[in-house]
Amino acid sequence: MSENETVMVDGNEAVARVAHRLSEAIAIYPITPSSTMAELADEWSSQGKTNLWGAVPDVVQLQSEAGAAGTVHGALQAGALTTTFTASQGLLLMIPNLYKIAGELTPFAFHVAARTVATHALSIFGDHSDVMACRQIGLALLASGSVQEAHDLAAVAHAATLQTRIPFLHFFDGFRTSHEVARIEVLSDQVLTGLIDTEAIAAHRARALTPDRPVLRGSAQNPDTWFQAREACQPFYAACPDRVQQVMDRFAALTGRHYHLFDYVGHPEAERVVVMMGSGAEATHEVVDALVAKGERVGVLKVRLFRPWSTAAFVAALPRTVKALAVLDRTKEPGAVGDPLYLDVLSTLAEAALPHPPKVYGGRYGLSSKEFDAGMVKAVFAELGKASPKNHFTVGIVDDVSHTSLQWDHDFELPHPERVQAVFYGLGADGTVGANKNTIKIIGDETPHAAQGYFVYDSKKSGAMTISHLRFGPGPIRSSYLIKQANFVGVHQFQFVDRLDVLELAAPGAVVLLNAPGDRATVWNRLPREMQEQILARALQVYVIDASQVAREAGMAGRVNVVMQTCFFAISGVLPRDEAISCIKHSIEKTYAKKGAEVIGRNFAAIDATLKNLHRLEVPGQVTATHARPPIVSDAAPDFVKRVTAVMLANHGDLLPVSAFPPDGTWPTGTSKWEKRDIAQEVPIWDQALCIQCNKCALVCPHAAIRTKAYPEGALAGRPASFKAVPFKSTDTPGFSYSVQVATEDCTGCRLCVEICPAKDKQNPRHKSLEMAPRAATRTDERADLDFFLKLPEFDRTRVGLDVKSTQLLEPLFEYSGACAGCGETPYLKLLTQLYGDRLLIANATGCTSIYGGNLPTTPYTTNRDGRGPAWANSLFEDNAEFGYGLRLGVDSLHRQAESLLRQSATAVGDELVTALLTTDQSTEAGVKRQREQVSALRLKLAPGSGPVPLLFTLADHLVKKSVWIVGGDGWAYDIGYGGLDHVIAQNRKVNILVLDTEVYSNTGGQSSKATPMGATAKFAAAGKAAAKKDLGLIAMAYGSVYVARIASGAKDAQTVKALAEAESYPGPSLVIAYSHCIAHGYDMAKGPEQQKRAVDSGVWPLYRYDPRRVDRGEPPLQLDSAAPKLPVGDYMREEARFRITQNLDPERYARLVKLAQLNAQQHYAVYEQMSKLVLPRLP
Amino acid sequence: MNLTTQYLGFTLPHPFMPGASPLADSLDTVRRLEDAGASAIVLRSLFEEQLLHEQLSNHRYTDFHRDTFPEASSFLPEPNDFQLGPRSYLEQIRRIRAAVKVPVIASLNGTTAASWVEHARLIEQAGASALELNVFSVGADPLEKAGDTEARTVELLRQLKARVKLPIAVKLSPDYTSLSNFAAQLTGAGAAGLVLFNRLFQPELDVETLDVRRVLHLSDSTELPVRLRWLGVLSAQRDCSLACSGGVHEPVDAVRALMAGAHAVQVVSALLKKGPGELTRLIQGLTQWLEEHEYESLAQLRGSMNYASCPDPSAYLRANYMLMLQSWSSDDQPR
Repeated sequence: MSENETVMVDGNEAVARVAHRLSEAIAIYPITPSSTMAELADEWSSQGKTNLWGAVPDVVQLQSEAGAAGTVHGALQAGALTTTFTASQGLLLMIPNLYKIAGELTPFAFHVAARTVATHALSIFGDHSDVMACRQIGLALLASGSVQEAHDLAAVAHAATLQTRIPFLHFFDGFRTSHEVARIEVLSDQVLTGLIDTEAIAAHRARALTPDRPVLRGSAQNPDTWFQAREACQPFYAACPDRVQQVMDRFAALTGRHYHLFDYVGHPEAERVVVMMGSGAEATHEVVDALVAKGERVGVLKVRLFRPWSTAAFVAALPRTVKALAVLDRTKEPGAVGDPLYLDVLSTLAEAALPHPPKVYGGRYGLSSKEFDAGMVKAVFAELGKASPKNHFTVGIVDDVSHTSLQWDHDFELPHPERVQAVFYGLGADGTVGANKNTIKIIGDETPHAAQGYFVYDSKKSGAMTISHLRFGPGPIRSSYLIKQANFVGVHQFQFVDRLDVLELAAPGAVVLLNAPGDRATVWNRLPREMQEQILARALQVYVIDASQVAREAGMAGRVNVVMQTCFFAISGVLPRDEAISCIKHSIEKTYAKKGAEVIGRNFAAIDATLKNLHRLEVPGQVTATHARPPIVSDAAPDFVKRVTAVMLANHGDLLPVSAFPPDGTWPTGTSKWEKRDIAQEVPIWDQALCIQCNKCALVCPHAAIRTKAYPEGALAGRPASFKAVPFKSTDTPGFSYSVQVATEDCTGCRLCVEICPAKDKQNPRHKSLEMAPRAATRTDERADLDFFLKLPEFDRTRVGLDVKSTQLLEPLFEYSGACAGCGETPYLKLLTQLYGDRLLIANATGCTSIYGGNLPTTPYTTNRDGRGPAWANSLFEDNAEFGYGLRLGVDSLHRQAESLLRQSATAVGDELVTALLTTDQSTEAGVKRQREQVSALRLKLAPGSGPVPLLFTLADHLVKKSVWIVGGDGWAYDIGYGGLDHVIAQNRKVNILVLDTEVYSNTGGQSSKATPMGATAKFAAAGKAAAKKDLGLIAMAYGSVYVARIASGAKDAQTVKALAEAESYPGPSLVIAYSHCIAHGYDMAKGPEQQKRAVDSGVWPLYRYDPRRVDRGEPPLQLDSAAPKLPVGDYMREEARFRITQNLDPERYARLVKLAQLNAQQHYAVYEQMSKLVLPRLP
Repeated sequence: MNLTTQYLGFTLPHPFMPGASPLADSLDTVRRLEDAGASAIVLRSLFEEQLLHEQLSNHRYTDFHRDTFPEASSFLPEPNDFQLGPRSYLEQIRRIRAAVKVPVIASLNGTTAASWVEHARLIEQAGASALELNVFSVGADPLEKAGDTEARTVELLRQLKARVKLPIAVKLSPDYTSLSNFAAQLTGAGAAGLVLFNRLFQPELDVETLDVRRVLHLSDSTELPVRLRWLGVLSAQRDCSLACSGGVHEPVDAVRALMAGAHAVQVVSALLKKGPGELTRLIQGLTQWLEEHEYESLAQLRGSMNYASCPDPSAYLRANYMLMLQSWSSDDQPR
């Protein structure tokens, strides 16, 4: 039996703790929600943690999951015990190799945090669609339903694969299990040793490729033999289930936890049974227990080993009394008779030929982590009890299109009076989730209770809201769904009270903790009417604290986590108050020991000051509110936004029926403007008297929340009294006025605009034209000013030059995204939409750009007054260059088709117009405008029905040139998508590629890419990267036919504008690599431009433009736009935590890396300098 | 010639040592300094602001991004070996200690008795022979009285003394209302020595960008007199070690400092300009001067011209200024 050591971990860690100990080689690649397993494995190996046999597993990162699978295949063939971790598209990329690994009967266990495969939309959340895409490969598929099971069955998978020679895909539900924190009993080394058969390891080694006993694998076979040879493996599959059960039995002997291929729970003579796998089975188990206790004959059959499927074990596990079976699949297989598990159960029962076979009903649930709660389980059992239950039903949604859905009681929750159920609403940046994880650990350590934590995040990267769901009490806790009735509700940010129904989940008599700034006496009256009503009706006990003030006074501005955590312990009664406080302090000491005494001291000060500032709110006997919760979106919003988007924004997207959605994932653009997130505490204020109208503020703003406009003075008529305007400083446009306008409710308060503003007051240079100031009390004025500004006429595009100032007079068609405050990527995208937004198609690689660019509820790409704007799509991570190339191909085809049809319609249209349409130079704004006018004229002549070639009417817009831009980050361009990128730039098609280079995989948490610079620490390069950054630009230049530019707008904005314009004008492929500062670099993003300048000055990021057109002009194609390195590279590096960590880890090694990085910068510059002098031969 | 001197309890073969500066950043330079004869090595200062700022900014720009986004629980790795604080500084102390035989003096620069003083303990554990507390306090707070500023420094010294057994020298600026009294407070609180004076970054105004920049100009011999005054005064009043820091570029500058009462002479600018070999020239120059002037030893010279021993002590005080003015005829005015 095990030693019963318990820890509080999430599912990913629970699995990694096993996989790392049972592996010798680990090939990794980041993908949500599995990345943590890879990160932990890498971290442990870099710390020298050994596997069960005393060696440190060799963890290597690949350029994609396809690469990881190839490496895994090789390591296995060489005889190493090998693993990997993945999910979703990553798993799909592994499939070709998995076929090989299985076909070669190779022992291999790997772990999948099961995640939705992208179809009509990407989803990072959990279901079984990825795993189900692997059921035909010949892998064993083993399912876990909880954190403990994931830990246990991970070990079973590693042991069983050695016994059976079948590769094991062990999976558990993404997020619900991978990210749930729970107490588990840890498998000791002794248990693992007892479980793993060393002879089987020896056999695996004996089969390895070695020149000492040479064999050949991977032969090519012909029709005469392939079929028979393929059937030769069959006995292994036939034997597999029994051998897995033997491993499970051995596991039970070692741990006391007994798993089976199918685990039945419920009434021994059940009549209604649910068959399912994964975390949903836990919720079902919980409901079954409750129903059986009431005498109902119900049960649940948990599928552990889905492949190879054991008919015998299934039939043996199923009570003979069953009359109706509901088989629940967490995947959708459109067009099939039913979903996979359902089909398997049907065939099994048909083959088993039971005397009284049950009726079988298929149901689908939980796609993309859709809630699957007790009410839904109850609804399924209720359906099975009906005379004619629905088949092919769905549960958890309202399907008003195909009418598949079951009705369920949304409020139903099993009573758990023994539990504390707590819900916390926080901001990502206030540390609420971290504090709650800590709380769980404390309770886990200090009490015998089971604990469960699950954290829901929104998809924004700035001002993101988090909702933590914590359960504590006697175990086990099988509630694999969100809390519905909380006896504690923590509202960690006061602004939520007007945005959300934060008391929705408060049970009668619940304790509510509210972080309320300002005068305590006024708190009640500041609550909206709805909230006051809830407090009175449910007799809630409300406590208030000005946590922000307490944190500020302790020197922890903005960080209310420990204050609120202390309050929670003080009023929830989970632990004695003093004991709890000493535990919090102890854990802070532990957590921040590395961070220094001051950090610990300030946290302690915050804790010590908390209790005297915590007060029970005196609740009057009646509602006294003077305001109700304002509507989620403005009344001016379009119907779709009000009907669909607003519901999602209110956190009620679950309630939207199927009919609310387009069937193909098509979504309107321009919705972010309706989501007024209002997250900035401070916003920039414009002092127009000082402004020099340089427009740099607008250029650097990541969110288009500060804009500049020049417009005829007359347009100011009727302006709000608070609206600011000054004469426009331009000799070309007399009589124009100029304004800088801040969209205060869309601003994130990042301060970039204020930092960049060069306009100082001569009398008092501390005062600049832009300064941060606390949000004004007069928000009505701010809104009125912004409305007025947005309605002012736009500047005539045909009169705008290509200087920085002018570009910022153009309307941005990328606004108010969910990108991080101070994001270094979005200013480039915004600029791109200002330059070409009205004719722009964007192919967007998966990553940060696709998340802030296309994650619902609201999206930032928008349209101009004519309704034109960027058309945007994300295909995949790995294929973006090819996808964009395809867009070009399609656009060109339609253009050619339109021209051809136009020529054919010359008689009807008139030669003059046809010639004009075919010959207009569209390289300028004026040309594009003229062509659009000509297209309008053409349309009039082609009015539907009257034209000779009706097709031309629909294609006429394609006579106006389109700009295709392929956008993505360095993870795509340097790594996973590099092959495609390389191919696409090798063609002579006119596509533009914009690489927003943050030098790490930013979206998944800062994993190293080939763009990561030498000396920088990153995940998967925890000690600091020893290799130099790949010079993607130089590689592209080698073709000689690609326009290549390296830009850094913070260092030289004029060069950025020039490069984008030249790339667009270049008739072939272009590649623009843009330095993008990122929170993963570890410094204040407001200093991003300053740091970009350092990067350029040190030679780490040389600026250049390589234009093949210059060859024909007898000029060197490469132009260097930055001077020889003058700043020591170390001076650039020391400003960022990513380098400082490397320095801190090993100062001597770091010093060497700095020297090498310096040399590298000088060498690269020397190469560029030489090249910039090279005049190449040209055709005479 | 016997140049032996006592400084912070160490018997040094001569008074010359490199002052706190980037000179000791490189082990190679440190070796060259020792070869050139350095009697001790003083490391650059570890700044209070630097320590606190690094802690807090690391906390802010790494920890604050944790658990904010579903796809990333954090954005930077946090290796186990990672430990914020003066790790590389401590490492440098260890390496210098291993590389040289002379005393290694670490330096802390700060003004408040806060959590950062804990680092003194680590410095001691790393093997430093002594500690220099560099105090640079600009009296810009109208609410803080002169006495309070001094009391703050004395408290800081006490806290350091409570943590380490190392001899501590306090490096001061000349900007105190009553430096003699303050020096007495410091030695009373356990200062083993005083270093006169620090030269830190001074503000410079950029008239184009309207910014204030911090600049550091290298010293020259004109900076010596203010040090001579206070060496002369304090060596007559206090029984502690005194080091002259700043303004010594020629052997005769050192002679003056030693005559005024210095036990040690710290040199930075001359070494930065001319390299470690300059130390040898100073040592030889001093020896030569003493021989030429028929001194028996350095001890005979040291303090011979201080406030207590010099023929005209009033020259150290205000009268000095008066006389200078009176003797400054219109002919001497620069044209």
